[in-house]
Amino acid sequence: MINLDYATLQHLWWLLCSVVGALFLFMNFVQGGQTLLWQVARTDKEKNLIINSLGRKWELTFTTLVLFGGALFAAFPKFYSTSFGSAYWVWMLILYTFVLQAVSYEFRRKSGNLYGSKVYELFLFINGSVGILLIGAAVGTFFTGSNFILDANNAVTCTSPLRGLDAALSFSPYSIFNICLGVFLVLNARTLGALYLINNIAPGESAELEARLRAACWQNARWSLPFLGVVVLFLLLMPGFVIGEDGTIARQNFKYLRNLFANPWLLLLLLAGLASGAHGVWHTFKSASTKGIWFGGLGTVLIGLTVLLLPAYNNTPFYPSRVDLQSSLTIFNASSSPYTLTVMTYVALFIPLVLAYIAYVWYLMDRGKIREEDVSERSAY
Amino acid sequence: MLESMDLSMVNWARAQFALTAMYHWLFVPLTLGLTWIIAFFHTIYVKTGSEEWKRLTKFWMKLFAINFAVGVASGIILEFEFGTNWSNYSWMVGDIFGAPLAVEGIIAFFMEATFFAVMFFGWNRVSKGFHLLSTWMVAIGSNLSAVWILVANAWMQYPVGQAFNPDTARFEMQSFADVALSPFAINKFTHATSSSMMTASLFVIAVSSWYLLRWRHQRMAKRSIVVAAVLGLIASVFTMFNGDETTYEIAQVQPMKLAAIEGLYEGETNAGLVMFGVVNREKTVKDEDMKSFHFAAEFPGLLSFLATRSFGAFVPGMKDLVNGNADQKIMGVAEKMQRGKEAIASLDAYRAAKKSGDASAAEVHLAAFNENKAFLGYGYLKSPEEAVPPVALSFYAFHIMVSLGGVILLLFVGFLYFLWKGVLEQKKWLLSLGCIGYFLGMIAGQAGWIVAEVGRQPWAIEGLLPVSVARTNLSVGAVQTTFFIFLALFVIMLIAEVSIMLKQISIGPEEN
Repeated sequence: MINLDYATLQHLWWLLCSVVGALFLFMNFVQGGQTLLWQVARTDKEKNLIINSLGRKWELTFTTLVLFGGALFAAFPKFYSTSFGSAYWVWMLILYTFVLQAVSYEFRRKSGNLYGSKVYELFLFINGSVGILLIGAAVGTFFTGSNFILDANNAVTCTSPLRGLDAALSFSPYSIFNICLGVFLVLNARTLGALYLINNIAPGESAELEARLRAACWQNARWSLPFLGVVVLFLLLMPGFVIGEDGTIARQNFKYLRNLFANPWLLLLLLAGLASGAHGVWHTFKSASTKGIWFGGLGTVLIGLTVLLLPAYNNTPFYPSRVDLQSSLTIFNASSSPYTLTVMTYVALFIPLVLAYIAYVWYLMDRGKIREEDVSERSAY
Repeated sequence: MLESMDLSMVNWARAQFALTAMYHWLFVPLTLGLTWIIAFFHTIYVKTGSEEWKRLTKFWMKLFAINFAVGVASGIILEFEFGTNWSNYSWMVGDIFGAPLAVEGIIAFFMEATFFAVMFFGWNRVSKGFHLLSTWMVAIGSNLSAVWILVANAWMQYPVGQAFNPDTARFEMQSFADVALSPFAINKFTHATSSSMMTASLFVIAVSSWYLLRWRHQRMAKRSIVVAAVLGLIASVFTMFNGDETTYEIAQVQPMKLAAIEGLYEGETNAGLVMFGVVNREKTVKDEDMKSFHFAAEFPGLLSFLATRSFGAFVPGMKDLVNGNADQKIMGVAEKMQRGKEAIASLDAYRAAKKSGDASAAEVHLAAFNENKAFLGYGYLKSPEEAVPPVALSFYAFHIMVSLGGVILLLFVGFLYFLWKGVLEQKKWLLSLGCIGYFLGMIAGQAGWIVAEVGRQPWAIEGLLPVSVARTNLSVGAVQTTFFIFLALFVIMLIAEVSIMLKQISIGPEEN
């Protein structure tokens, strides 16, 4: 019998949502690979190798996003209603890019697709760039806050005409933070994309492609560093918000730095993530290793977890309102009832099973790497 | 909050949801049904090792994949729209409604997504047995996802296992078992999946008939037709029965919907079922003398029987439900609205008293609230007539669905009969009908969802939450803009999908 108290359930479910979110950031290697397509592939064969390699995984990424949404809806419905209802344009734009992605793999090379391969490749590029950039900006608002007010019935009113796009388009320093986080995620996805493709495409297929992928991995990892630097610097210095004893919310200086010290294991996660990611990239650059994706992936998951846990744990409102502090969402006021969270915890017991069969299928399907004959079949993407 | 509402925004949000859901349902029935047929073909291939069955399996899989992509694309939009356009809904019932969506993600979607890749690309990568297992897992996974989304939809029609929590001012789950195993959910699931099987069988028959008419792929086409017609016929009979069961349940928990889909204004004992009719659109519940139909052919007593399982029983009409009927112990909407308004006032007073720390006053208001809380949603209606859904649309959708269901059943019988006689190829008229049968199936499916969703209006959650309260506080312009972007995207995707599909069908299975 699961018999956890309310606060534990709330922490647990924020953790579970964060794990799903962090896994999504890892699975963004699909999106990263999509944006690398035109840069690293010079021939149709190379393009097809890349698309077919990513095409065997894109649905997993997509499903992880859907689950991230579903888990937040079930566990923190007030976040779902507040964020989707107020940051309307951000979520809609993200949505459009994923809708475009969903048909592009299947349609790209089919005869009769009307618009030609290039258009579908453009859709994939938009999904990998605009989509991930905006997801990053949306995650940024966990720290910087959004412009919304909740009334007594928790109905949300957005006070910015840009409806969420203000996260990236205003003149405040917070926009810099949100944009930097978004750009970091895009570049990180590209690094991961290169790492994944190096691992997944059979080594003998195209030596030039592999060389370009290794160069792209190194380049994107380097470019991502300054953006990560800005993000970390902001996190260490920026003021945040704190939930008081009586539930009222107040501003507090160095709140996220305090959170790191209050939960030193978060600092550990962050450092381990950075080390793992750096190890993956460095070895891919320096040696002929194809295992970089596992280190890069682990690094992304750990960094992602830190970024998602830092603004919610240690009595921090994870979705602050910049116009009405008391409207801010916390894991305590935004969660489902204890009954629902308990029921959902039983369902969550399936997650290890799901991860296990995904890993097993991944292993079975990727034992043999992607070769030319895989992309010349009629059923290929 | 209510005064500032722009009703046209609600209607645009409804239009957007209807557009997305109906578009989604162009593709999903085919996914849900075809996957079983493919699993069946694949099993025969693995059992017999025959290359011909392998070609057959691969051919239908290919069409499946093209269709599946658009289903995935439109599915995620629905999930997002609950939050973007219906944020009050998401907050008010998220405690209950979010759970099935999350379960769907964990249990069903990953199964579908993981094994989909194996099903398509596993031919030379995994063992034959594991490959076959994967095909079955896709079938099970996609149908499991239907289970959970239909649990969620059934709960909107018949909100069981919940209670309103005055402290959080939202509905909260009391029993997950009641929500998941609600009889309404079970019927919805069986009705949606068995009718999807009909649609998928019609699709297989349409493509195969087209081949037979052109003397192409004869053996493959006939084999496909045998399997599809048998499965389709079984599914049709099953759909009829669970459709009947669904109607019975609607009569119990959504009497207004039943009255609307039958155009029944005045309640009757021994009520007749309208076989076909032309609705008088001028007629409203306020009006005394106008006829409900310009013309109608009725089967006497049948509606009473369908609704109550007894010919003599009373079936309330829309007027009884709106105005009340003391003889039948039906409370009118005006009274429900009055009690709903009292519930809202008590709730506000309770929360004010609690805030000011007046425990005894809070207790009094809470008791008053509890007395009227069953009518809370009615407190937000503006007039009793608002409780009536669009009658003509509901009526026609219901009758089109049922009639097409009958036609489709006969079509399956016809195909089986002439196959058995061995003369199917010569029956050009039947093969031509077979080619368009698929579209009849699609129309029936769309009509079914119109019955379910339009018939529930004005409620988002039956009796608890009207759509006008469920919405997001958005400008009508924002919703219009996203509506037209979706419309454009949908058209762009649809014509590409149809074009690719036709191309693949015309290429046929040989080159596999």
